[in-house]
Amino acid sequence: MLAVKVHNLNLKNPVMTASGTFGYGEEFADFIDLNRLGGFVVKGTTGTHREGNPYPRMVETPSGMLNSVGLQNCGVEKFCSEVYHRIKHLDTNIIVNVSGSSIEEYCSVAEQIDALEHIPAIELNISCPNVKCGGMGFGTSPDMAAQVVSAVRKVYHKTLIVKLSPNVTSIAEIAKAVEGAGADSVSLINTLLGMAIDIERRRPFMANVTGGLSGPAVKPVAVRMVWQVAHAVKIPVVGLGGICTAEDAIEFLMAGATAIEVGTANFIDPAVTVKIIDGMEAWCKKHGVSDINEIIGII
Amino acid sequence: MKEIHDFSFLALHRHGEHYFTLVLRHSHLSPMPPVAPGQFVEVRVDGEPGVMLRRPISVHDVDPDAGTLSLLVQVVGKGTRRLSQLTEGDRVNIVYPLGHGFSVDLPVSSRALLVGGGAGIAPLFYLSKVLKAKGVDCTILLGGRTAELIPVRDEFRPYGTVCLSTDDGSLGHKGLVIENPAFAEQYDIIYTCGPTPMMKAVARSAAERGIRCEVSLENMMACGVGACLCCVTDTDQGHRCVCKDGPVFDITSMKKWYENK
Repeated sequence: MLAVKVHNLNLKNPVMTASGTFGYGEEFADFIDLNRLGGFVVKGTTGTHREGNPYPRMVETPSGMLNSVGLQNCGVEKFCSEVYHRIKHLDTNIIVNVSGSSIEEYCSVAEQIDALEHIPAIELNISCPNVKCGGMGFGTSPDMAAQVVSAVRKVYHKTLIVKLSPNVTSIAEIAKAVEGAGADSVSLINTLLGMAIDIERRRPFMANVTGGLSGPAVKPVAVRMVWQVAHAVKIPVVGLGGICTAEDAIEFLMAGATAIEVGTANFIDPAVTVKIIDGMEAWCKKHGVSDINEIIGII
Repeated sequence: MKEIHDFSFLALHRHGEHYFTLVLRHSHLSPMPPVAPGQFVEVRVDGEPGVMLRRPISVHDVDPDAGTLSLLVQVVGKGTRRLSQLTEGDRVNIVYPLGHGFSVDLPVSSRALLVGGGAGIAPLFYLSKVLKAKGVDCTILLGGRTAELIPVRDEFRPYGTVCLSTDDGSLGHKGLVIENPAFAEQYDIIYTCGPTPMMKAVARSAAERGIRCEVSLENMMACGVGACLCCVTDTDQGHRCVCKDGPVFDITSMKKWYENK
């Protein structure tokens, strides 16, 4: 009833988790059966280990939060030699979010992940708003986005999902550019660039001054962008941005997403993903929908 | 094993306008998991517009047999203010036990010093109870700007020698906790939780005197389980999550942190 397909990825249901909100999955193993997920996207992985930005890195804002973690991660080598072996047995799609500061770094990470048997896809992060070099720099220009995607396409042979930034004038234009460069799917949206000031201390809340906004506050923006992109490209769209409930997930599907990712909601309820899966199934039964694909992109 | 459980409201004791103790009763079907001193819980704050993320609060006391959990909370914002208004019939959703607690495997008759300031007093209470049960000789040194800012000080008396310091001299020794005569004595271990400048001063002194020392940090958190990497602290091994690698850290890995004033 809930099975969907994103390019070559068979998902038992459309529910995945968003990179940077779910660690390597292990952190949530006490709360949910990870095998129930359609898939999960692990922490943004770069060519070498990164310490990320200084603390403070987050602040709660109305119906959302700002973060500026800055891609702290153990690096691709340690991911392949240690983390991968701890999670590869899971019966779900494990997707690695791949990031970098240069086209060479993106390609090198993608190539190393390509060799891992139990990783069927990568999510190319050309949209991180919290790093100085690379990240969003690649994702806000159609030409740059196409360049990095076509370079990675040459070395990566499995499902290539490209994660798009909402901090652009026309997200559909970027989506078309990466589709033309060989992307198999696009996921959107990454966080919206924001800022918050502690007026008592008269300084920004975060050490990095600006950060990425996530949570329910961004959901209508994300739904609009998913709808625009779904109408602009032929490849499947993965939707994310503030999804907290099964109803939210169904809204994204109707807007044109084939699958969705749950992010910030994992912090509020570590078991939210299975509740969303169960809720989607209940919604389908209640509405006489025998195959979730019937509602994808109906708007 | 970490759990998500519902608790029901049992009691709320106010200590002046800044602090309160919230006592909750476990009301979930499965039993309470073991909780170590120094571990914390993530409390969901319901019914307060604008409060979305859970609030990390250290365990002040826990009785698994009675199924009770006590949280000593300082009112600092909208979330903690809402918690201070909980009453009979309310339910509270909690993710726990989280983080890495204090080391309590000490030889009988060891001498321990527990140094707390402000809301940092909270985890030291359960710690003092556990240490007392192990036959450890505890000195509990609590500090605050004024007497009113040292809540629940008398509750500690059954578990060790209580020494107090206030900035204004309204209670105990006048001055900082590190200026209290009790601080200068010899101990096998010092545990500390409170404002960062206080903990750094305690850690520097412990390091100079060659005394084993553990600090319990409090950073802004989102997930509480080591997934989002928002709550990191500097350590000698780089950024580590306060929620998962801490909140308690041995100062042998924290030189960079405590030397940075």
